[in-house]
Amino acid sequence: MELICPAGTPAAFREAVDAGADAVYCGFRDETNARNFPGLNFSRDELKAAIAYARQHGTMTFVAINTFMRAGREKLWHEAVDDAVRLGADAVILADFGLMAYTAERYPDQRLHVSVQASAANADAVNFLVETFRAKRVVLPRILTIPDIARLARQIRCEIEVFVFGGLCVMAEGRCSLSSYATGKSPNMNGVCSPASHVRYREDGRELVSELGDYTINRFPAGEAAGYPTLCKGRFNVADERGYAFEDPVSLDVMDHVDLLREAGVSALKIEGRQRGKAYVAEVVSVMRRALAANAADRPALISRLRLLSEGQRTTSGAYEKRWR
Amino acid sequence: MTVATLPSLSLGPVLYLWDGPKWRDFYFRIADEAPVAHVVIGETVCSKRLHFIEPHVGEVVERLERAGKSVSLASLALVTLERESQIVRALARDSAHPVEANDLSALGLLAGKPHSVGPLINVYNGATARLLASRGATSICLPPELPMASVREIVRDAPGVAFEIFAFGRVPLAISARCAHARSKGLVKDNCQFICGDDPDGLVVETLDRQPFLALNGVQTVSHTCQALIQELPELAAAGISRIRLSPQDCDMVSVARTFDDAIAGRSAPADAIARLQTAYPGASLSNGFHYAQQGAAWIAGHASA
Repeated sequence: MELICPAGTPAAFREAVDAGADAVYCGFRDETNARNFPGLNFSRDELKAAIAYARQHGTMTFVAINTFMRAGREKLWHEAVDDAVRLGADAVILADFGLMAYTAERYPDQRLHVSVQASAANADAVNFLVETFRAKRVVLPRILTIPDIARLARQIRCEIEVFVFGGLCVMAEGRCSLSSYATGKSPNMNGVCSPASHVRYREDGRELVSELGDYTINRFPAGEAAGYPTLCKGRFNVADERGYAFEDPVSLDVMDHVDLLREAGVSALKIEGRQRGKAYVAEVVSVMRRALAANAADRPALISRLRLLSEGQRTTSGAYEKRWR
Repeated sequence: MTVATLPSLSLGPVLYLWDGPKWRDFYFRIADEAPVAHVVIGETVCSKRLHFIEPHVGEVVERLERAGKSVSLASLALVTLERESQIVRALARDSAHPVEANDLSALGLLAGKPHSVGPLINVYNGATARLLASRGATSICLPPELPMASVREIVRDAPGVAFEIFAFGRVPLAISARCAHARSKGLVKDNCQFICGDDPDGLVVETLDRQPFLALNGVQTVSHTCQALIQELPELAAAGISRIRLSPQDCDMVSVARTFDDAIAGRSAPADAIARLQTAYPGASLSNGFHYAQQGAAWIAGHASA
């Protein structure tokens, strides 16, 4: 299975290549990609240099252009595809049907991957995109169990890539307007979720309160580490019960199930984290590379080392296990 | 200035779990009293709920059609199990009524047949709308988070498609494989005991500072506020919007439909219409922020458009 690694900066890109990534994915510095965070992402020149570096080392470069084209501003997305193709991207990762149609028509030989943001969660959905846009690979939304994935793999005519490590969306990706409801900025339109521009922390007595827009997302008593107020991982009151209504502040780790994913027919394992620093990327990629190559006896030690790198050191296998539902 | 055709009213599917008789009687009253032209029925949120309404679908369709409404059947929004795929395949293949596609599998299966596209399909630009139209989509309900500037561009860019706007109801904001509603009562999805049926208008999620924020509807999360694009109707009509969608809440939906009907026809002023909505849906806080490219929860008074 290929190891697909994130890069939010040219430095992280080189680290990922050096650490043994089969492919590195990245995006342009604008609203065309779903990690449109301040200080991240690539200019055209940076992408050109990154692709050249990757080529020298036999690594592929995937360019994520995976937000939805804003009506009237389609040119920004078209140019992102034009430039990614011109600069030699090994694949473009797309979510918008209009942009898939543009790409399939203009660049019939360009390898097209379906982004997780497209929310293709079943065989008929995937086959629709394969037939219509000649998609070669689908990145599956994090809502399927491993048996679901195995069944899907038998019914589709393209490769499967799944997220195995890093941030975890609780909601079906590409179908979530929670952030937009609270802040006016959405993953689909702006490439951001719970954006830092709308985050505030304030002290209230002995508690630290984290807010997103006009809403309290969490309150931390003295001594409890304050996490970032990602909306779906906040603490709320539901029917007078106080708690994490959607999901605890955990991150995804399904490295224990790597062999099952391989048997299910998965072609590529994806690490989330384009917003992470180069040291994190270097460490996660190299440990994961070794974990994939290790035999069953040596793997657990490597996996526990990976776990130390996770947010808050708490992880979940999420929807890949049925009991999560 | 050309006078645009006035939009007609459509009623979206009931998003919540209502028991069979309540669901049936709701539509009987809609058939008899509500000035809506189009009605979309069917379970979109959770396949586990389908058996509640199935015994009543036939009689509801018949009553609505006898009242002159056009009826379409909605497909599931989240399709992951083989059983769910089979439900969508059967609907796409056998339905005697037009189908509203709410996920990509339905879109794929309906190619070449006239169909409509629901608000949970990501249509953010004219290119996507044109592509779907070329495959048989005749009407598209645009995503509720779209600002007016995008709505205007899309309508202009995809002539021949009837566009619909989500104008009333708690906004569907997210859907998950996990059931937060079951989780809130100490259960999991596979053993949920249909507890979402206890909350026919959604279960409110408050912040820790007791501010109402969202509402749970099974695996779906909806807004706490009720979107109400009513002072915006002239602007939507002028932009070429064909249909105004009302999404059922557990309130007097006949009165809501009459209020929108009067507002579209110019028989009632925006301030009166808003007051009437508040009577029909007591206690609801209204929002229209998405329309103005602001946070969806916001309420913007007046007529200025983004």
